[in-house]
Amino acid sequence: MQKLVEIASGVSNGSLSASAVVEQHLARIDVRESEIHAFNLVTADQARLDAAKVDADVKSGKKVGALAGVPIAVKDNMCTRGVETTCSSKILQGWKPPYDATVVTKLRAAGAIIIGKTNLDEFAMGSSTENSAFGPTKNPHDISRVPGGSSGGSAAAVAAGFAAASLGSDTGGSIRQPAALCGVVGVKPTYGVVSRYGLVAFASSLDQIGPFTCDVRDAATLLEVISGHDPLDSTSIPQPAPSLVSVLEHGVAGMRIGRVTDLPEGCEADVLERLESAFDALRSAGATIVDIKLPSIQYCLTAYYLIAPAEASSNLARYDGVRYGNRVDAADLNSMYAATREAGFGEEVKRRIMLGTYALSAGYYDAYYGKALKVRRLISDDFARAYQSVDTILTPTSPSVAFEFGSKTDNPLAMYLCDVFTIPTNLAGHPAMSVPFGTGAHSMPVGVQVLAPTLGEQAMFKVAAELERAS
Amino acid sequence: MAEKISQETVVKVSRLARLSLTSDEAEKMTSQLAGMLEHFRDIDALDLADVEPMTQPYPLKNVLRKDVEAPSLDRQEVLGQAPATESGRFRVPPTIGFDV
Repeated sequence: MQKLVEIASGVSNGSLSASAVVEQHLARIDVRESEIHAFNLVTADQARLDAAKVDADVKSGKKVGALAGVPIAVKDNMCTRGVETTCSSKILQGWKPPYDATVVTKLRAAGAIIIGKTNLDEFAMGSSTENSAFGPTKNPHDISRVPGGSSGGSAAAVAAGFAAASLGSDTGGSIRQPAALCGVVGVKPTYGVVSRYGLVAFASSLDQIGPFTCDVRDAATLLEVISGHDPLDSTSIPQPAPSLVSVLEHGVAGMRIGRVTDLPEGCEADVLERLESAFDALRSAGATIVDIKLPSIQYCLTAYYLIAPAEASSNLARYDGVRYGNRVDAADLNSMYAATREAGFGEEVKRRIMLGTYALSAGYYDAYYGKALKVRRLISDDFARAYQSVDTILTPTSPSVAFEFGSKTDNPLAMYLCDVFTIPTNLAGHPAMSVPFGTGAHSMPVGVQVLAPTLGEQAMFKVAAELERAS
Repeated sequence: MAEKISQETVVKVSRLARLSLTSDEAEKMTSQLAGMLEHFRDIDALDLADVEPMTQPYPLKNVLRKDVEAPSLDRQEVLGQAPATESGRFRVPPTIGFDV
């Protein structure tokens, strides 16, 4: 597969044509998209026009951006002006946003070519894309298995070579888990590093946009482009984008890497074996492995599955059939709201709205939501203590390799357990990324997860680059 | 923590959430929510009396923009995406004269 940095440098210096690059990717989509279903929409016509413009700019000697001619797929929960944005939900089917998300504006300004909108679990709620109203995405390594979720379409698009990179969003692991299951790199930056303006909100205190790429350098390059302060997002950190590509060759000599000795149970042996090899590789490269404890992360599922649905129940109140999206007509306003939402939302979305509404309702608020916010603090404090003695932490990304379709759909809690290693960083607001590290059961990819403290992206990328060299 | 969730509570919550669940959905939802809430009892063991709730991951306060004119969304483009409009406004069914 062609790397993002190779395409961008080739297009900029005129040795590659952006149009030819786009045609190569569209040709791969033609061959395999019907079996993979990575996309809700392929924007082939616009991609061709945009590529021709990049080529014309290069020819006329105009300066082009850091992503010139790079075909990038965007998760279908990020607004693209005039281009359908559905969140894989019937309630938004047909909706064409009147504005672009900040990340989309930044991609375009950098010369990237948006090649399509990728499939997801409805409103990003799920770990397999089986909750998409438009059908699941298949794992390109084995189409009987899930690609992970919720950004499964974005992960599959990169793994199948449909795009050189993609964007996803991560609320409890929705970038890292599918990256691990599809054998690509996936990054969840520090909360506030990438603007959420134009990202359809799921759980506002947890959501963060990040890249999927074939390798660590591509991820660093793309993250540098999309990060930075945005006045349109009031939770955006007022700091310039971090420099990441510059640290990739630094190595890990002298770094302290945390090994969590009280990791939640339930991780498959093949995944743990790969994690041990990752520790060995880092030790050989000069890092010190330090045992740490995170006693409160065993409560992360409870905290997350109270906080995220609570925020979601509030955020999704806006889908009421009034200003956008679809409406089911009824005689009065309240009946119209209820009929619209009953018809428009899928089962998992309703379940989370119900759970969140319950956790926030009078009489239950203190017992559920209030307690969950306190547990969130305990988890954050655990990390703060751990980061006094380590620079980064290494854990599995997902407890298992990609599972088969239907194997967890009847049991919401079993599906929620897919996120047990990824959720803690969202609760703390920290960065974390998944790096492919060999294969496990059924020859499916395994990812290891590198965690770092708030704004610790540089340390995280140093470790990720070292793991990639060793894999 | 609270008692086991009843189907009556589920129906009440669905009304708060503006969802008109079918009775089959309400029944399934009751048992699934009960299972989850049971799992969530694990935090009952924690002593949280002196713990400060954490509502956001990064401590930013009172983020305001300067009060200056800037382009806003195109009115026609916005209204063009609404299910029903009339005279430049969103049109909705009657809001009064019905039971809530």
